[in-house]
Formats: sequence, structure tokens, C-alpha cells
Amino acid sequence: MKRKLLSLTVFLFAVSLTYAGGYRISTQGQRALAMGHTGVAVVNSAELAFFNPAGLVYLENKLNISAGVTAVNANVKWQNTLTGQYSETEKIWKTPFYFHASYAVTDFLSVGVSVTTPYGSSVEWPTDWAGSHLVNDIELTAFYIQPLISLKLSEYFSIGGGPIYVTGGVNFNRNLNRNLTDEQGNRSNVEVDASGVSNWGWSASWMFNPTENLRIGFNYRSEIILDAENGEAIFSNVPASPLAPVENGTVGFNASLPMPAELTIGLSYEFADKWLFAFDYNRAYWGVYEDLTIDFIPEDIPTSKNPRNYKNASTYRFGLQYEALDKLTLRAGYYYDESPVQPGYFAPETPRNDSSGFTGGLSYQITEKLAIDASIAYLRFDEVDESYDHYQENGQEVPFGGTYKSNAILAGLGVTFKL
Amino acid sequence: MKNYIKFVAIAALGLVACEPEFDKSVEDGDFYSSGEANFAKYVAVGNSLTAGYADGALYRQGQKNSFPNLLAQQLEFVGGGEFDQPLTNDNLGGLTLNGQAIASNRLTLSLVNGNPSPTPIEGQPTTEITNTLTGPFNNMGVPGAKSFHLLANGYGNLAGVSAGQANPYFVRFRSSENASVIEDAVAQNPTFFSLWIGNNDVLSYATSGGVGENQLGNLDPTTYGSNDITDPNVFASVYAQEVDALMASASAGVLLNIPNVTDTPFFTTVPFAPLTPALLGDQLPVLNATFAQLNQAFAFLGVPERAIQFNSDGPSGVLVHDESIPNISAQLAQVLQAGGLDAATANLYAQQFGQVRQSNENDLLVLTSSAVIGSLNESHLSVLMGLGLPREAAAQLAVNGVTYPLQDQYVLIPTEQEDIANATAAFNATIAGIASSKGLALVDVNAILNEVADGGVSFDGGLITSTFATGGAFSLDGVHLTPRGNAFIANQIILSLKETYGSDIPMLNVGDYNGGPAIGE
Repeated sequence: MKRKLLSLTVFLFAVSLTYAGGYRISTQGQRALAMGHTGVAVVNSAELAFFNPAGLVYLENKLNISAGVTAVNANVKWQNTLTGQYSETEKIWKTPFYFHASYAVTDFLSVGVSVTTPYGSSVEWPTDWAGSHLVNDIELTAFYIQPLISLKLSEYFSIGGGPIYVTGGVNFNRNLNRNLTDEQGNRSNVEVDASGVSNWGWSASWMFNPTENLRIGFNYRSEIILDAENGEAIFSNVPASPLAPVENGTVGFNASLPMPAELTIGLSYEFADKWLFAFDYNRAYWGVYEDLTIDFIPEDIPTSKNPRNYKNASTYRFGLQYEALDKLTLRAGYYYDESPVQPGYFAPETPRNDSSGFTGGLSYQITEKLAIDASIAYLRFDEVDESYDHYQENGQEVPFGGTYKSNAILAGLGVTFKL
Repeated sequence: MKNYIKFVAIAALGLVACEPEFDKSVEDGDFYSSGEANFAKYVAVGNSLTAGYADGALYRQGQKNSFPNLLAQQLEFVGGGEFDQPLTNDNLGGLTLNGQAIASNRLTLSLVNGNPSPTPIEGQPTTEITNTLTGPFNNMGVPGAKSFHLLANGYGNLAGVSAGQANPYFVRFRSSENASVIEDAVAQNPTFFSLWIGNNDVLSYATSGGVGENQLGNLDPTTYGSNDITDPNVFASVYAQEVDALMASASAGVLLNIPNVTDTPFFTTVPFAPLTPALLGDQLPVLNATFAQLNQAFAFLGVPERAIQFNSDGPSGVLVHDESIPNISAQLAQVLQAGGLDAATANLYAQQFGQVRQSNENDLLVLTSSAVIGSLNESHLSVLMGLGLPREAAAQLAVNGVTYPLQDQYVLIPTEQEDIANATAAFNATIAGIASSKGLALVDVNAILNEVADGGVSFDGGLITSTFATGGAFSLDGVHLTPRGNAFIANQIILSLKETYGSDIPMLNVGDYNGGPAIGE
């Protein structure tokens, strides 16, 4: 029955998958998501505020609002055939949302605002599982708040962009090492928590419409580093002994986590009256994520340096839209997402290998002003034998590896309002 | 429209149920096989090593990391069932009998005067042996048991504990007062068993520094003292009976043999020459001057090898009482007196040094000697003061290992080591012979621990060696295994099961198990 439903879905919406490597989560618009999260050259709704602010000025209405929420469920299973150990992440539903609005001040200038959560991660392994010295659970959230302007230079060309204010937080829990326990056998643990960390960045974009049917778009979002200063690290279940590596209790720490820059270039093409094809190419500059370094403020606690060594990665997105009925638009898409994680750096905190996304969705125009947008997506990851080889124990690198198999399911609902 | 929404909802639910699935799953047992063995009911029989005794005590965490419990976890992949252990009440170790402590708490490494030292953990033990647990228990390891004890009826009878006829650990979980360990094991109808017994048949002699007797030739174990070496024929006889009894129901089993005691840190940590010039300080020339007189007498009596000399440029051996060399007290007294000493002093020296030599590379000083070497021997002090010596003079003659010889319990002299080695070899020959004749798996722990002691065995986090406290194999009592040592042994069993029964069982990741010293306040 499950399979039947799935194939039915594929048949109807010709589905695509949309989540992206690292801790990027592609859920910044239901219409885009339904089309493989394309949108840099699609002029359709206020979702442009995220995908290409330059295009906002080509929207027909004075006021455009798009808002929505997506339920994301990512699952990871791990096993090691040499030891028989196996585990799987908790099934948690995360609900990233978006809000985009634009207002046409004149026929050549629009202003807008976009609030999104493009980066985030939530992975929860069973506490004390085999990889608990690397991660028990992690929760990362970052809100992007961006005021925008969009300026039409001609019928053919526009530019857009604006500053980005990011505020976010991270909570990360792992065991101190592979086997230290307190006197009762409870595994020694550290939890780091930082919230309200903020910084600024910017985005810039252009759109080019060489013919009536063809649009070409470009968008760039800058890298933003979240520097957590004086976060809270809590050590627990450490044996009460001067010989223990740390003491139970709370200390401060500094750490930084990059939100990498992302460049998108793409096109959309209208054909056969009711059809639209879109293609986006994303380049995410993950190379900035070299290591996760947690510098504990007390001098006697050694800095925890965890090499990540991500590489820049590309995503190829394809979307199709069909205006099936007056009020009903169907969408489908596919994307191929390269993982920024390199062999030997496959840490269970973001266990992502290359994936394929199958997406589908629809919009239904309830009234002239209001439409609802729905999307679903299924992300498929190949089964992969991978390891993280850079965990150190007494100065020696101890690999943690096995076979990983992941997938993710996204289901989103949103509204599009035009006035 | 409503239908579309409904459809999307249903489709989403359908997708949610689509969990990622491995092509071949560990959880579903796609990788492993039991081979020719049946692991449905595993019963482990043995002594403290089987029980999970560690850090000088039996405590919960140690039991959870016992090699049979770790092995049983892996056997679950090939049809193994539940594995119940007679868990103690707490993580302190220690036992009480009617509220009185009869076994001390486990050791943890803590700072004593700035130095890390094994120290019993604080707390009131709560494991009361009169609270008999309801079994049966798959882990039939009884700390302290010797080969012949497993067959002894009444070994778990509370009434026999104070007289040393029964074992307090077995009292806790025996099925009835008169039961024997083997009877309780066999009654569970094991399909598979492990038997690791015989260590204490030499070990108690060894750890007590050879104060017991070698019972070679004495075929009646009821006459043995607790620190004696078991006669090899007695061992062979009881061992065969035990294996036969277990094989009444079990078609497969693994036998583990006896390591050389000299591969454990209990015997290798304290060097044979522990007295450094720094330790002796400005006493060194005084001591040498005093002993010069004695050394002349030794030379005169034709035993110059007994000369006592402390090096100023390197470590020196301690004074040991060696029962294997002739006692020359009488002659020594005469010679000393002839050399000008008064009769009282000459007699005193002759008594104290008549069967004494300095330790050399052939001696093994036991771990517990480190606490006494260089310290004042109070009982000898009072003896000397009883003889009329002033306190200061008496104290100078009562420094353990420096002026007062270490007594038998602290030193394994070569003859004692030889007795231990011979008995161990004989036991192991018996075990190998029975493994071979019965088609049972054999783990040559003797060879394996020899490798651990001789350079170490590597694992993903480094080396497992037999270095005390930090080597990773041995817990703070210097004899029993750490969790890592237990995981290592369990892996060796898994390898032997593959060889004997063709069983494919996943190995433990030994790096996941603590090899560091237990630490605490």
C-alpha cells in the first residue's frame, strides 16, 4: 500500500526531492519546492524575495505575500557489520517556515521583506549510542531576516538585493569520549548551548528577460559566520576526581558556525501556453566550514577541535509547472544535491551523502486574491559506507564508521496573497 | 479541492512510513550465523574473571562488563537468549554479612598526598549476602572459586562462610544451601557454556607471595589451605567431571586456560630493585657502613652472595626473607660476636638476617609490597622494643625491605615461581587435552595475555598492555580485567567459536569499553 501510494504520487506529480547538503534546508517556498526548489528565474509570487529579489519588480500586483510552513522529517539509520551495532535517529518533525512580501512603490521600484530559515539541522540519536562521542543530538536554527529592494532598469533587466540579518542558536550534546563514566556508570557528557547569536550579511541579484518566454536569473547570498561568544557548556556525569579530565558544571565557550555563501543561476521557459520549465544551478561555498572548534573559556579545558573540511558543492534543480485548470496549477520537480561532506569526514551530526530529490505540488486559487500552495518532497540518499576519521583519543585518530542510509520527507502548505 | 488536500495528506503519511532500509540489515541478522553451535542458552561457569570482578570487588558496572555478559550481547545476533547475572546491589562493591562488612569496596584511583593511588571508594556497601537472589543465573562465576570448589556441595551455605567452608558470593545466588556451582549451572540445561576455572588454584598462592604450600602429590583437596597450589591430578579429575556435567545438555562450549601469573601487573609493577638513592637519602652511607660488618661475616661464612649493599648510583634490591636458602643464624651470631659485637646485638642481627638476601632480577615483588616498602614495620618495632631496644634503635631495624626483610607474602622467589609455572602448565595441558577430545573451542588466554604483557595488542585507540592502571587490560587490583580487557577476551572467544563451530558472530569494538583506571574520590 505504501509503495502504491508512493508510485501514485510519482505518477501524478512527477516528484522531486528537496533538502540540501550540509545543514542547508531548502524549504523557502512551496511553489518553488514543488518544482525542485527552483525559482531564481520564475516570476510567480513573493517567493522571489528569497530566490531572486530582482524579479519582484516584475510581479503584476501591487502587494504580494507568500507564507508557508513545511513539515520536515529526516531519518538516518546506521549500522556496523563488524560489531553488529546499529542505530537510527529519532523521528522528529521540524517545521521551517517562510514569509515573503513585496510592495510595488512605483512601476520600476518594489520593496520587500523575507523571513526564512535556510540553515538548520536537527539530528537526535539515541543517547549513548555507538557514535555518542561524536554527537548525541544537535539542533541548529538560523533565522534570515532580509529587507529588500528590486529595481527595474528596463523591461529586460532588473536588479535587487539587500542586507540580511541573521539570528540563530545551536544546541549540541555529545559524550566526552568513548567510555568515561561516573561512579554509577553514567556516560560523561557535555552539552553546548548558544542562542541569540546574530550577524549581518547581504544578497544581490539580477534578472534578464531576453524574450517574452525566457527569463534568466542570478542570485548571490553572502557567507555569514555566526560567532557564539560566551555560550554555555555543561559538563555532567564526570567522575568526581581531580584525575578526571574536567569537572562537572557549567563553563563558557566560544565557537563559530558558518552559513556559507550561495550562488544561484538559472532560467525559466514558458511553452505551449500552459507550461513552464525551470532550471536552477546552486553553488554553495561550504569550503568555509573547515572545523567546528569549541574553545572552552577556562584555560585548563582543552579546546575541542573537530575537523569538517567541507567542500564547495553544487545542486542541480529542475522544475515543471502546468496550469491544469483555471484555478489549479500542478508542479513537479527533481534535483540532484551534491554533499559537501568529503570521504573520511562523514560525521553523524550531519550525515549527508549525495541525494536525489523528488518533488511535487499544486496551487489552488481559492479567490482572486488568495491561493493555497501545497508541496511534498521525498529525498533519497544512496546507502553509503562512510566514516569520520578525525576523532582523537590520546592523540590518535579513531575512525567511527559504518553504513548509513537516510531519507527525508517534506510536506508543506502555504498561501499566496495578491492585491 | 478537498480531495486534493486529502490526497496530499495521505501521500505524505505514506511517505512518512517509508523509513530508510538497508539492503542487508544488521538488526535483521542478515550478516551472521551460529554455525554448528546452538547459542540459545548460554551458561558461564568460572571464578571472579567470569563474574566480572574488577578493582578488587564485585560491583554492578564490573558485572555488566563481564566477558560473559559482553559475549551474550553478541550471541543475540545468532540466536542467543537472555543472559541473567546475579547483580550486586550497588557500584561500591563490598559485601555485608548481617550488616557487617566482609569484603571491602572497589578501588578507584584517587590522589593521596598528590600521588594517584588505588583507594577503596567511600560508602557503605549494601550487598547483603543473606539476601539470597532468585535464579537461575546464566553467569555462574563465583569469585574465589577454585577448580574443585565448583563440585563442592554446600559451597553456598551461609553457615560455612565464617569457617571458610563456603563462599559468600555463591551464598547470594545458589539455588539451595546444599547446591554446588556445577549443579546449578547444569540444571539450566545450557546449549552452550564457557568454563574458565583453575586460576585461583595457582593465583591465591601467587598473590599471597607463596605463603601457602604446593600440594603436588596430595590428592585430597579437602585438606588444602586457601593459599595452596592444587595438585594437577586433582585439577584434571575435577575439570573433566565439570566439562562432562555441562555437556550433558550443551553441544558446544568454550574452555579458557590459565594465564601465567607473571603476565599480570600484580607481579610486574613493583621493580625487583625499588630502592633508589633518592629514597634512601642520607641514610644510604649509614646503612652501608652498618651492613659492612654483616657482609664480612657473610664472606667469612662462605655466603658472600648474601652481602647487602645499597647503590649510590642506581636502584637497589630490598631485603627479602628467602625460605629456600639455609638459615645461618646460629653461625652468624658466633661470627658477629667473634668480630666484637656484644652477644645481645649479635643474636639480634643473626635472627634478623640469618635467612636474608637482597632481591634480584629473579624475584617478583607483589603489587601490595609497594605500600610497605620503606615504611616502619610496627609489629617488628614492638618486638624489638620488647627485647629492650630503645625506640630509636628499634625503629632503625624495622624499616620494611631496608633493614627488616620483606616477609614471604610480598615476594615470589624463583622456587615459588617455578611451582606456579609448573602447575599452570599442567593445568593448561589438561584443558587443551579435554578441549581437543570433546571438540570444544579453546581460548589460549595464556598465550594471549603473554602477548599483551610483551609489547601489547593494538586496537583502534592504541595499545592494550599489561601496564598497571594505564595499560588498559587490567583493573586496579592488578589481576582482574577492565571492561576493555573483558571485551578483548570476549572477542577472543568469538574468534575461537568461528574456528571450532564456523560461527559468524560480530566482534565487540574494544575501544568502546573503558580501559582507563576507575577514578573517583
